[in-house]
Amino acid sequence: MLPAQFDYVAASSVDEAIAAKAEGGDETRFLAGGQSLLPMMKLRFATPSKLVDINRIASAGLNSIRRHNGQLHIGALVRHADIAASDAVSGAVASAAPWISDPLVRNLGTLCGSVAHCDPEGDWNSVLLATGAEVVVQGPSDRRRSIDIGDFVVDFFTNSLADDEMVLGVHIPVPSGPSGGSYQKLERKVGDYATVGVAAHLELAADGTISAAGVAMTSVAPINRKATEAEALLVGNAPSAELFAEAGEAAAAAADPRDDVRGSARWKRQVVAAFTGRALAAAAEQAQG
Amino acid sequence: MEITVNINGTDHTADVEPRLLLVDHIRTGAGLTGTHIGCDTTSCGVCTVLVDGTPVKSCTMLAVQADGRSVTTVEGLKSADGLHPVQQAFSDEHGLQCGFCTPAMMLVGAALIDENPAPSDDEVRWAISGNLCRCTGYMNIVKAIQAAAAAASSNGDS
Repeated sequence: MLPAQFDYVAASSVDEAIAAKAEGGDETRFLAGGQSLLPMMKLRFATPSKLVDINRIASAGLNSIRRHNGQLHIGALVRHADIAASDAVSGAVASAAPWISDPLVRNLGTLCGSVAHCDPEGDWNSVLLATGAEVVVQGPSDRRRSIDIGDFVVDFFTNSLADDEMVLGVHIPVPSGPSGGSYQKLERKVGDYATVGVAAHLELAADGTISAAGVAMTSVAPINRKATEAEALLVGNAPSAELFAEAGEAAAAAADPRDDVRGSARWKRQVVAAFTGRALAAAAEQAQG
Repeated sequence: MEITVNINGTDHTADVEPRLLLVDHIRTGAGLTGTHIGCDTTSCGVCTVLVDGTPVKSCTMLAVQADGRSVTTVEGLKSADGLHPVQQAFSDEHGLQCGFCTPAMMLVGAALIDENPAPSDDEVRWAISGNLCRCTGYMNIVKAIQAAAAAASSNGDS
């Protein structure tokens, strides 16, 4: 099954990639791992007139995972498998990486590609929402900006990139104090989309109470959704099973799942409540560890 | 555009459309039909090949992306010394029934053994979790990969 015809450019630098994208506008797409884009092109859900392949750009920034200035940087060409194997990652990021699709897809697919794809069934945007990440993008003439993940994800398969902008990487804050995170995912089989996914991130103050909390959900709303009421319940309180159960109920109330082949909306809400509790308990254990 | 892909040690040069999939370049371009096409939707893993040693789905990669790179297909597992340990083990342990998923399973097994000379049952199952088999129930596939690992270690050529 071949995709529809398109022109192909293998960019050798970020500047060249951005110039090629700017010239083609919204009919042009970047090709990183291609593990969502190519299947969509084969099914004619996407019919770009040009692909700008960024895989041959030999830039350290695009290919690296590193901690710098209190942030974890993950470049645009870092594969899911690289993240799963990295010692530099922790918390919800480390927890989610082995559960992205299947091992073969993880060898090619990229975190940044998944983030830009904005599929509400994609796992990474929940992790990024829970951890308060930023997406670093570049346009022509080295015009660079950082976009809060909450502003980057606009809608179902829609991000806030301009037609001449490219994602360079993401920045995920690494708290200086005790913190922990977890991603809980229910899938029917390896490689299927999440039936329900919940990312949780907690930071603790010196007295052991929760100083910051992030909870975000996959596959239970038209976009990856932050459970802001659950987050508000957590902050200022000491971690406890009762508190996490209460937060789970708040997250379930914020979810907007649909009945589908993966289960009923009512059942998915119950899974959100249970998984939120589990993710928070795992996050707290790590933070207290 | 003209591309050259090294497949199993031999350069295959062809003038291809950008939309040609790697699996088609392998099967139609190079005439190597051991790489199968199953679902064609990135779900089943039977089109798995190794690109620079890493298992990927060749139905979800463009041939132009493989320009200048090395691809190993099932035909490339056998060496002058005979069958690769995974091939011998799949035969010995009856790690297949219909055989459709077998080339992919053996390539994933070979790549796993390269990285991990003594994989546990769980590690084998994790490694092949992107590859579907509709016949065997996986028991003998796991046994075969572990037997191959043991054989490769004892030959000292893992």
